[in-house]
Amino acid sequence: MLKRAQALFLRTLGAILALVYVGSANAESASSQLNMPQGVTEVSQAAYDIHMIMMWICTVIGIAVFGFMFYVMYAHRKSRGAVAENFHENLLVELLWTIVPAIILIVMAIPATTALLKVYDTENADIDIKVTGYQWKWQYEYLGEDVKYMSELRTPQDEIYGREPKGEHYLREVTEPLVLPAGKKVRFLITGNDVIHSWWVPDFGVKRDAVPGLFTSAWAKTDKPGTYVGECTELCGSGHAFMPVVVEVKEQAEYDQWLADKKATAAEYASTIGKQWTFDELMVKGEEVYNRSCAGCHAVNGEGIPGVFPALKNSVIALGPVVEHLRVVVDGIPGTAMQSFADQLSEVDIAAVIHYERNAWGNDVGDITQPIDVLNYKQAK
Amino acid sequence: MAHGPATLADGWVKYISRWVFTTNHKDIGTLYLWFSFAMFILGGSFAMIIRAELFQPGMQLIKPEFFNQMTTMHGLVMVFGAIMPAFVGLANWLIPMMIGAPDMALPRMNNLSFWILPFAFAILVATLFMEGGGPNFGWTFYAPLSTTYAPDTVNYFIFGVHIMGASSIMGSINIIATVMNMRAPGMTYMKMPMFVWTWLITAFLLVAVMPVLAGAVTMMLMDINFGTSFFDAAGGGDPVLFQHVFWFFGHPEVYIIILPAFGVVSQIIPTFSRKPLFGYSSMVYATASIAFMSFIVWAHHMFTVGMPIAGELYFMYATMLIAVPTGVKVFNWITTMYKGSLTFETPMLFSIAFVILFTFGGFTGLMLSIAAADIQYHDTYFVVAHFHYVMVAGAVFSGTAAVYYWLPKWCGKMYDETMGKVQFWIAFIGFNITFMPQHFLGLAGMPRRYADYGLQFADWNMVSSIGAFMYGAAQILFLFNVIRTITHGKPVDKPEVWEGAEGLEWTVPTPAPYHTFEKPPQVQ
Repeated sequence: MLKRAQALFLRTLGAILALVYVGSANAESASSQLNMPQGVTEVSQAAYDIHMIMMWICTVIGIAVFGFMFYVMYAHRKSRGAVAENFHENLLVELLWTIVPAIILIVMAIPATTALLKVYDTENADIDIKVTGYQWKWQYEYLGEDVKYMSELRTPQDEIYGREPKGEHYLREVTEPLVLPAGKKVRFLITGNDVIHSWWVPDFGVKRDAVPGLFTSAWAKTDKPGTYVGECTELCGSGHAFMPVVVEVKEQAEYDQWLADKKATAAEYASTIGKQWTFDELMVKGEEVYNRSCAGCHAVNGEGIPGVFPALKNSVIALGPVVEHLRVVVDGIPGTAMQSFADQLSEVDIAAVIHYERNAWGNDVGDITQPIDVLNYKQAK
Repeated sequence: MAHGPATLADGWVKYISRWVFTTNHKDIGTLYLWFSFAMFILGGSFAMIIRAELFQPGMQLIKPEFFNQMTTMHGLVMVFGAIMPAFVGLANWLIPMMIGAPDMALPRMNNLSFWILPFAFAILVATLFMEGGGPNFGWTFYAPLSTTYAPDTVNYFIFGVHIMGASSIMGSINIIATVMNMRAPGMTYMKMPMFVWTWLITAFLLVAVMPVLAGAVTMMLMDINFGTSFFDAAGGGDPVLFQHVFWFFGHPEVYIIILPAFGVVSQIIPTFSRKPLFGYSSMVYATASIAFMSFIVWAHHMFTVGMPIAGELYFMYATMLIAVPTGVKVFNWITTMYKGSLTFETPMLFSIAFVILFTFGGFTGLMLSIAAADIQYHDTYFVVAHFHYVMVAGAVFSGTAAVYYWLPKWCGKMYDETMGKVQFWIAFIGFNITFMPQHFLGLAGMPRRYADYGLQFADWNMVSSIGAFMYGAAQILFLFNVIRTITHGKPVDKPEVWEGAEGLEWTVPTPAPYHTFEKPPQVQ
């Protein structure tokens, strides 16, 4: 009997100690794996502080309550000859353990409120960035700067499915990170394109749902350049685990250079939109775009997922008139999961992917869709 | 009644007819309990698939699409198929015996409310084998993932949820009618056992919120099939509306699950402390205030959705307040043990583990109520760990305790105490190995419902999976122990079974006859 009580006691003590250990761990050490990161912004620091306050209060109450409980379990066992008393109420005690916790809670509410006020302080931002969640990637738009691009997972499928060893940055790498200047207050305007996503950067203490049809805001300001990794935290379909957030904070000068380069690339791209592509060039480009942006639903082999996402192989759209095909990809099909890709893909990408879909997996329409056709279709609307 | 229940000796037609057409509260209670255990094993096997896939980073066994179906089905089957019917089964068996009634007030509806359940779950589980697969949008089924972007089988899911809701509403009406009308002379409200009290309050919660769930899924049905736009921003609707409606059901739902568990523990701890429950009336008031508060805190599940700050502050303060009545309950249980004469049979071990682990889950719940910190916790494994401490160590542990506690009364045989204790320790240790590391994973940044994760989360996921397999194994032992008790258990013939047991159910013979209290007892 005694042995059992000891075992129970030790086990629970172990659990409590683990919690205390988490509590005393600090973010600089390797044990950050166990605890919330302190992060690099005022908001993440505030969240960390209130988290630690709450954890310590709970730990102290827990030790007191469980300590008393284990004492009772040891001292008042029948096997030690304990005889039960018969009391079953005590007004004073009962009032005390109602009022004291209520007072503790009121005291806790003060720092909790202060911390929340910081989270909501989104006014007077230096830079506004629109963040849009797509299945399954993020789009970043620097408002007023004419810079807009997609950020998608870069980890290859072969690593995910174990055909190749996993790299150091497995599922923490994207095609193009969000770039921010250090020392500037950045406001994020967050929305969703299809289903609800949630944009989370733990080191910024920013987590906001990306709801279609709604804009929410959050903010961050940090002086520490570096790379910060986050995740999508609202279930958004089969690619939910595969749309990480990567943010690079650069010094102001580097950021300005990056922004200028971005604009130059965009201008350069616009000038080449009239170029005529060959059949094979478009197939190569198209396969790349397809596997990145379409295969999530329609599958790499074009057969879709029966009952959920239609096949493109031998489909009416892919084998029919090209203008119908353009309409589906550019405008989407309202009321279904087929979204508009007009803002997600460039004219070159759309042309290439349409070309690929019409000429891959045994589809052999044989025509060529050029970027200029896509541009003309868009402008004709 | 002149005749007893049909047994296998009467031929299988009569035997099966007995169970299909039964209006006896004990038979229906048994049906509920076996059904819920079957669902518990099914939902548990979904969990095993999830933990096996998460054993290592990378996709090894299943595709992300199927992983999402598993997380969804695990949640739905456990909440609606395992935990809720288990407590309805206990209510059926025990409430009439506890209040000195011969049966439930509405016995035919009782039969109906059980027998539609297997069909609901057959429909739900059948979707796994259909084109498009089962529901893949999480047990919270947020729109538009569950509407515009859902597989066509979502219609079966909606139909299944409607049937489950109807079953729950009928079951609750029956409990309310029974408790209000069929108490024995002298059994006043403030003399009712805590289990009856908690179930009476739970039944009111169910009647209040199940129609809200039905409304939510009906709006989904309209959006999907009839061109409405309740949850579609493009048509003037609002996806956030879905979350408000869902959680207005969903938050009381978690108390629907936990309140009867409180009731069970409030029966067992006094028995093995050989001392009456401390603070009976404050227990009743605490239960009622928890039930009331459960209606006014729902949006704490939505702290990251972008509510105005006034809304966040209100929901944060209201949520923190729930700690007060919950604390009262925990203090009462511990004080019941204080200066008692304690023994540690299997039901008591599970009840003590319940108090410890549920309180631990309560602490993390208090942390989650702080909106500024919740921004970091929300939708991570920290939340998964929190609600499994409350749902598994809370509801499932108390359900297991209840089965061990009343099994001798039900079947007249004593279970194997050693096997029960072995099961307890495997379950207790396995549970903590599974879910304690999930706190660390969540704080370190692993979101929930992830089919795959970065390498920094590999160690704790592996530990968690090992614990999950251990916990799963304990349930097989549980099943074995129960069946062995029924077939080979040592006969018990004392009415009270346990030394310290109090209450009307312990005054009838053991095993409890098919019909009890045909003449109402007089309660002093």
